[in-house]
Amino acid sequence: MDKVILTMQGIDKSFPGVHALEHVNLEIRKGEVHALVGENGAGKSTLMKVLTGIYTKDEGTIIYEGREVEFSNTREAQDAGIMIVHQELNMLNHLTVAKNIFIGREFMSGKLIDDKRMNLEAEKLFDLLNIKIDPTEKMGDLTVGKQQMCEIAKAISHDAKIIIFDEPTAALTESEVEELFKIIRDLREKQLGIVYISHRMDEIKEITDRVTIMRDGAYVGTLNTEESTKDDIISRMVGHVIYEEPKSVSNVAPNAPIVLKVNNLNAGKMVRNVSFELHKGEILGFSGLMGAGRTETARALFGADPKESGDVFVNGEKVEIRNPKDAVKHGIGYLSEDRKQFGIITEKSVSVNSTMASLENYMKGIFINKKKEKKIAQQYVESLNTKTPSVDQLVVNLSGGNQQKVVIAKWLVRDCDILIFDEPTRGIDVGAKNEIYQLMNKLVESGKSIIMISSEIAEILRMSDRIITMCEGRKTGEISISEATQEKIMQAATLRN
Amino acid sequence: MGKNKEKKNVITGNPLVKTIGTQKIVVVLVIILLALFFCIMSPSFRKYSTVVSFFDYSYYVSFMAIGVTFALITGGVDLSIGTGMIACGLFGGYLITQKGMPVVVGIIASIALGLLFGLLNALLIAVMDLPPFIGSLGTMMVARGLGSILTGGLSITWPSSNSPQGWFRKIFKIHIGNIDFPIGVVFVVLAVIIMSVILNKSRPGRYIIAIGSNKEAAKLSGINVVRWQSLAYVISGLFTGVAGIAFSAIFQSIAPGTGAGVELDAIAGAIIGGTSMTGGYGTVVGTLLGVFVMSLLKTGLPYIGLQANWQQIITGIVLIVAVLIDVIKIVKAKRARSIEIG
Repeated sequence: MDKVILTMQGIDKSFPGVHALEHVNLEIRKGEVHALVGENGAGKSTLMKVLTGIYTKDEGTIIYEGREVEFSNTREAQDAGIMIVHQELNMLNHLTVAKNIFIGREFMSGKLIDDKRMNLEAEKLFDLLNIKIDPTEKMGDLTVGKQQMCEIAKAISHDAKIIIFDEPTAALTESEVEELFKIIRDLREKQLGIVYISHRMDEIKEITDRVTIMRDGAYVGTLNTEESTKDDIISRMVGHVIYEEPKSVSNVAPNAPIVLKVNNLNAGKMVRNVSFELHKGEILGFSGLMGAGRTETARALFGADPKESGDVFVNGEKVEIRNPKDAVKHGIGYLSEDRKQFGIITEKSVSVNSTMASLENYMKGIFINKKKEKKIAQQYVESLNTKTPSVDQLVVNLSGGNQQKVVIAKWLVRDCDILIFDEPTRGIDVGAKNEIYQLMNKLVESGKSIIMISSEIAEILRMSDRIITMCEGRKTGEISISEATQEKIMQAATLRN
Repeated sequence: MGKNKEKKNVITGNPLVKTIGTQKIVVVLVIILLALFFCIMSPSFRKYSTVVSFFDYSYYVSFMAIGVTFALITGGVDLSIGTGMIACGLFGGYLITQKGMPVVVGIIASIALGLLFGLLNALLIAVMDLPPFIGSLGTMMVARGLGSILTGGLSITWPSSNSPQGWFRKIFKIHIGNIDFPIGVVFVVLAVIIMSVILNKSRPGRYIIAIGSNKEAAKLSGINVVRWQSLAYVISGLFTGVAGIAFSAIFQSIAPGTGAGVELDAIAGAIIGGTSMTGGYGTVVGTLLGVFVMSLLKTGLPYIGLQANWQQIITGIVLIVAVLIDVIKIVKAKRARSIEIG
């Protein structure tokens, strides 16, 4: 059929020691949104890099618009009409929107750049996409969602025929996701071929027409999205069905003591009079849109950001938390949503990271007791089932899920009884996600208490015993899991005053 | 479409402030206030000769600073401009005085040597991917040694303004009647205008900013990162040579082994003028204003009885305050943005 715009057939690619792609096939039609799914390391990105000329393939053929092609760099792929909207947006934050869109192919009048014309052309592009962005604004001043729109506008201006979206919604708010989907549907109308890489099954069900599944560098199959269930897709991704059922009743004993009580916490605009209680053995879910103030609440509670007022009680006793050190002293551990930036030191080993928060217990005189350090690290590698060749492995070499386990180990080594998980499964693939969930359940069973901040309602429903919703810095609801539904949570999370 | 309405909301604040930039306005105010302060404090400061010596000092630093602004905007730095400038001056002067070559040849040789230093930096930093600090530190040391070797360790004196070969000195300061005219300022302003247009209105300039803003993104946009990063260092080298001539024209003699530390004055000027140490932002006009602040301190402070050591301390404080203002601005902007997202 003429509708097929791209066929990748039998693509094979090896790196020293890794067979990254094994005879992978992918077919994209005009006017379809085609999901490409697989766990981290399944080879999705490698496949896209082969397509856009960043890697050269060892074997296989790429037929694009009826001709066999092999691009030797991204520029060539761009010129042919294949564009990637990267997960981590690559923007020139100091330059204006228009300058970003036309970088590398500026409109000139004589020897000088014609910025006026570039602004006009950018405006035309935005009109075409029906979005409102001022082309003279600095890119760095825009929200991530808007930046992404600019990236899409840039792709359109390149006369793209295929646009690859790499985890486009990872950093978007719900309303931004809606806007993005509108644009993607628009592009589909215009007969573009869209490759949509994502971990989020709900999105895949909503927006895509077909889905190609990869596992361990191999092609598993292509399904029609409409005819397949989430479980169909996931089971093919991971090889076997695993999916923890949502909780329907709270697992917390009715007389469980209150381990943490927060009264009228205030910190800046994002935390206004927030009060809540956390029981022993409870997972307390914090739901809300991005920027609702959940992370800010956690950070203020943990002492990472200054608070203006509010009382905190741990095990019934009033405590003063001025900085993270105070919080840790009272047994509160915080697992940041941005592991790389705040949670771990990637260039250090598992054992060094494990004792990071409690080094004073692992000293021999003025020296670090390496043997003791390794022993405790090994103990937690085993109990948390962290997949690492040894405790001497650098954390940077571990997968996202296993890095998260190292962070958990760090706080467990410190004997923290209250753990704040901020987006615990962000950037973690489906299989490992489930393992983190199991681990969290095990932790509360053993008497720890967890505050879990999550933007995924499915995750909130699956894990929480009780749910607190926030919106614009205020607590807008408190729902027990037995009464919680997606609709109820969304309603409370969008309650503005 | 309601588009115009939207736009009005986007551009808040004074349009003049938006185009000129707050930092530059602050720096201009600082210059005016400093000048007023010195005038009030010291009657002897209020003399025309002060203006002349102010410009004398600012020429060579200005040229160096204009050049190094480009290296800074790429997110790098060029430490070789100080000793490089001296080496250029020595080399040109050596050819004129020891080899009997015409002054024109000496000037061309100075600039050529400056370009050579720029190319060396480009090779080390852009092509071989050394950290800019290290690459240009190496070149800095090479330049210092080279200057001494070329002249056999002797000081060099370019022809004086009275001699027939001294015409080049008059480029910077012309003597009519009994008055000195600092006409070198014309060349500085010309250089500022040309380099501003290149930075803001030409492709090479745009790409240099792009590299400093986000090298990876620039690369992914199909920009030849190596070429344009190299160009930034070559521009820095070119102005090293020009500064060498300005230095030779103003000062009696040039001593080998000197020049280390002068690059920091130029870099400080650029930073005070608003150029970002982390790259992606900077203006040539701002750099010139920043250099003027430094020159003003250097000329003015002795008049109120503060000698060299105090000058260093005060210049240091000014530098830190200037950067601090910038840091606070960035933090504030970030906070405002995070609230907006919420």
